[in-house]
Amino acid sequence: MSDTSPAKDISKLSFEEALVELEKIVKSLESGEVELEKSIAAYEHGIALKAHCEDKLKSAQLKIEKITVGSDGTPSTQPHDVSAS
Amino acid sequence: MTDDLFSIADKEEKAPQKTNAPEMSVSELAFSLKRTLEDTYGRVRIRGELSRVKIHTSGHMYSDLKDDNAVINIVCWRGQLAKLSIKPEEGLEVICTGKVSSFPARSNYQLIVESMELAGEGALLKLLEERKKKLAAEGLFDSDKKRPLPFLPQTIGVVTSETGAVFHDILHRIRERFPMRVILWPVPVQGKGANEQIAKAIHGFNAMPDGTRPDVLIVGRGGGSLEDLMAFNEEDVVRAVAQSRIPVISSVGHETDTTLIDYVADRRAPTPTGAAEMAVPERMGLLQTTQDLEQRLLTALRRTLADLKNRFNANIAKLGSPQSLLDAQGQKLDYLADKTNNALSALIQKRRIQLVESAGKLMHPRERLAYGVQNVKALNDRLIRLSGQLTEKEENRLQNAGRLLETLSFKSTLKRGFIVMRDASGTPVTEADSVVSDTPYTLEFKDEKRILVQKDG
Repeated sequence: MSDTSPAKDISKLSFEEALVELEKIVKSLESGEVELEKSIAAYEHGIALKAHCEDKLKSAQLKIEKITVGSDGTPSTQPHDVSAS
Repeated sequence: MTDDLFSIADKEEKAPQKTNAPEMSVSELAFSLKRTLEDTYGRVRIRGELSRVKIHTSGHMYSDLKDDNAVINIVCWRGQLAKLSIKPEEGLEVICTGKVSSFPARSNYQLIVESMELAGEGALLKLLEERKKKLAAEGLFDSDKKRPLPFLPQTIGVVTSETGAVFHDILHRIRERFPMRVILWPVPVQGKGANEQIAKAIHGFNAMPDGTRPDVLIVGRGGGSLEDLMAFNEEDVVRAVAQSRIPVISSVGHETDTTLIDYVADRRAPTPTGAAEMAVPERMGLLQTTQDLEQRLLTALRRTLADLKNRFNANIAKLGSPQSLLDAQGQKLDYLADKTNNALSALIQKRRIQLVESAGKLMHPRERLAYGVQNVKALNDRLIRLSGQLTEKEENRLQNAGRLLETLSFKSTLKRGFIVMRDASGTPVTEADSVVSDTPYTLEFKDEKRILVQKDG
């Protein structure tokens, strides 16, 4: 199982992957068929996944850019003032 | 008209020669007709079906516009043709706007087309239906070509008008749900060339380098007439979406409007707001979800631990107390100890009996001693009895042997006058030659011994 080497991989997971993993752990723990040592490790892994998910959610910030196509046809982005629109 | 009236009046002057009818040249008539047509009809809108569409190398289009009973030639000059909102196609039901005129060189009357539109929704829908069939046959709309939208995109690309409400609505919803990076690629969403710009924007987003390239695209515009939405029905836009590596959400017009981009897009949103909702998840909901999961995790762990504790306790109860185990074993030990003791006693008893039996057979030392003394005595008596006989007999034998020995001894020979001569070592001398002078020899006679020395000379 992947919960034997948790901390290292979590940072690489996307939000969705981490969430799916967390749900799996919750379900397996809820089934009550996990050994004692494993259930504690699974719990710790789950908490780490939850923290990772929250990080992803908290880093959210609106940033608006606009594409401007130059005279040579190459597009470039520049900040876009939202208040105008 | 005044010109015409004048010319007629002028001809009436010459008429009397033959008839009242004035004489005209062909050109005069033709150009007169041309002017009449142009002046009488001016700009007209004519509905009909395009037929024999031909674009000349010069760039002008020549075609027929017909209905069930009549046909009119139409011409569309190169400059106008490029500005038409639709592409003239054989069989298309169109409404052409332009001037009626003639082509005097061919005795034709014709319509000079300035603009062309599809004749009503029915015709337009028929055109779209045929295009849809063609693109569907190419597999562009296949459901297995649909890409899943990213769950949590980092960047959202939007292809729409900079000024419309669409971009505003999308931004507003994204801000509410999950603020993130949004890139607008401004395009005209209707009119000539809009489709090219839209297709270019879709390709452009795909060509952006990793890291800045959006994870999902929203392509759309607000509501409008079917003609207004036509850019999103054009093949180049549909193909651009089909080729896009980035998943595309289409949002064109109102929910009831369906354009071809909706078939090829990975998801179709009913409104710009709906597109934003498809593009990003709701942040608060996700936070709630993760917190719920954390709570469930904790509850599950607690319950797991409680279950294990209960199972442990239940098993302990089944085990019973250690004392009761000891008691049972103690009893067993007692039983075995008793059994061992009894066996030992029985063994000793058995041995004792054997001992007594053996002891009975055993003689007392005193008796043994008396018995021995008696034996010795008897043997002694026998020895004494025998000893007398033995001495007598042996004495006789000894005397006989002595006599015999005397008879046989050299001493008896000496009695008869022989002597024995011995050297100093006592060895008898038997040879005369061995006698050495001045050396004592012993001479043994019958009665005594004498020393004799031989003197030479």
